[in-house]
Order: sequence, then C-alpha cells, then structure tokens
Amino acid sequence: MAAMITNHLHQKIEAQVALYRVPVQIVPRPGILDPQGAAVVGALKTLGFEAVADVRIGRFLTVDVEADSAEAATLSVQRMCEKLLANPVIEDFALEAPTVQPGGRS
Amino acid sequence: MKFGVVTFPGSNGDYDAYHAAVEALGEEAVYLWHKDRDLKDSDVIILPGGFSYGDYLRAGAIARFSPIMSEVVAHAKRGAPVLAICNGFQVACEAGMLPGALMRNISRRFISRVLPIRVENATSMFTHEYFAGQVLRLPIAHGDGRYVADPDVVASLEDAGRVAFRYSAPDGSIGEADNVNGSVNSIAGILNESGNVLGMMPHPERAVDPLLGVPDGLGLFHSLLAGVAA
Repeated sequence: MAAMITNHLHQKIEAQVALYRVPVQIVPRPGILDPQGAAVVGALKTLGFEAVADVRIGRFLTVDVEADSAEAATLSVQRMCEKLLANPVIEDFALEAPTVQPGGRS
Repeated sequence: MKFGVVTFPGSNGDYDAYHAAVEALGEEAVYLWHKDRDLKDSDVIILPGGFSYGDYLRAGAIARFSPIMSEVVAHAKRGAPVLAICNGFQVACEAGMLPGALMRNISRRFISRVLPIRVENATSMFTHEYFAGQVLRLPIAHGDGRYVADPDVVASLEDAGRVAFRYSAPDGSIGEADNVNGSVNSIAGILNESGNVLGMMPHPERAVDPLLGVPDGLGLFHSLLAGVAA
C-alpha cells in the first residue's frame, strides 16, 4: 500500500511540481505573557490610542516549497512548523493559503 | 572525571566551562564540536552559554538539531549527567530534554548581574554539596531567561522536587521583586525526571575562581565529582 502511494505521488510530482509560497503566522499562545506586546500597548496609549486593549507580537514567515499541489505544500509546511518553526509550549501557528510562485520547476 | 563541553557556532561560555573543569577542578575536559557525533568518552556533558546560531528563530531552536545533540540526548537517556547552562538550558528545552521554554525577560532587557540564587533541591547529583535554602551568589547574563511551562508541568516539577534553584532576595526570601526575569515561581533551574539533566540560567562555571568573587559555583562541580566518580 505504502509503495503504491509513493509511486503515485512520484508520478504526480513528475507531472506538475510547482513552487508554492506558504505564509506562516506564529504568535504567543493565549495566556503566555508577551513583554514586547505590552511595551507596544504602552507606547500606543501614550500616543493617544486609548482604545488599544492588547497587542501580541509574533513572527511572520513565508516558506517557498516545491510540491505537487497546494494541499501537499500546506502539509509540508505544517510539518516544518511542528518540528522547528514553532514551539508548541509557547506558540501557536497558522498557515495561510499557498500561492504559486514563478520560477518553480514545471 | 572527563567533561565534554559542546561548542555550537555562537557559544561563548564554552571556554568558561572548560576553564572551570580544568583549572578550578583539576579535571580533564574536551571540546565537542557541534558537527561531530563523538562524545569522546566524556562523563559529564556541558551545554554552555552563548548565542548558538545567533538565537535565530528562537534561542536554542536550531542548535538542538546539531549532529552532536543526538549523542547528548542518548547520553542523557543512559542516565549520564548533562549540565545545561543559560543558552544550553534553552537548547535542552528545545530538544525536549527538559520541559518548558525560556522566553524574553519580563523587563525586555538583557540582564548581566551577580544575583542571590536559592538552592531548592540539595539532593541531586549536581547540588548535594549545597544545603537546601542556601543562598548562592551566581552571575546571570541573558535576555531570554523567563522560564515558562504549562501549569500542570510546573506543578509536577514542584511536587517532585525538580526545581533546583530559584531567584531570591539575599536573605533567601522569594518574591516578584527578586524574580529578575519574571520566571514562573521564580524558577532559575530545573532537573529532568531522572535527575541527571540540570538546566539553569545562572552561570556556576563563571563563579569558580575567588579572583572573580565568591566561588559559589564550585559546589555544583564538587557535587558532580563526588557523585559520579567511578
């Protein structure tokens, strides 16, 4: 079964690999204190933005990855997040929809 | 006893650790290059302070995938001692050798000071030469030292006596005023479940020479020598 799937994927990759750009947002988990965000809240209030309730500072990445479909690109970047890009103890991540980039093998 | 000191690109506490082992203790030490897979028969592994891989992404996040780290993890799994100091503590947490994570200091400032550090667990292989409640003076030098973990993880650390050190006042009292980086429960150092991995933000290896102040870090190394000597 595994061999069949691998073979199937392989054929698809040969057929239509594209370069996908997957945007990734990484933010501190709810309840995790964010001192940088707190500093920005203070600065905004000083500037007169009294209505500001909270600011959370995270990270924004774009990962360009070759894949045979948008779904495969998303799955691949999700694994990257789980393994390296985000630390589940302190961070949540969210992926945006991939877009095809020029310059990938086709 | 042989100390193996890991050098990552960006480590800066590796020479201090080597110096502590060789000059202060008169023991053997070797540097272990991050790309190697050989612990060179070291008894104790030290993950030193510094800014491995420039702290890119998160402190310690990239260093944990160094080839040497799989050997260090295996060393720890065998029950052998691993002392993870400052950036080493961050690496050990990222590698899953210790629970939790280290985040930006609550003050957002890099803090380089000698501080009172209270010994909580005085029975581990790293701390049995101290007494419980003893207040050491140890240097800290970090920007990302605020220990965080899920409440149930913190509770299990506390219940099992796995909190090794806390930031304290000079008289040993614990409070937010002396919790220098905002760590949960003022935690400055923790042990793994089997007690053979110690992660700590303070630098015991920089407090071993009377020339540089009170050598309160020596007790940690003497504990290892007394406890691990074959």
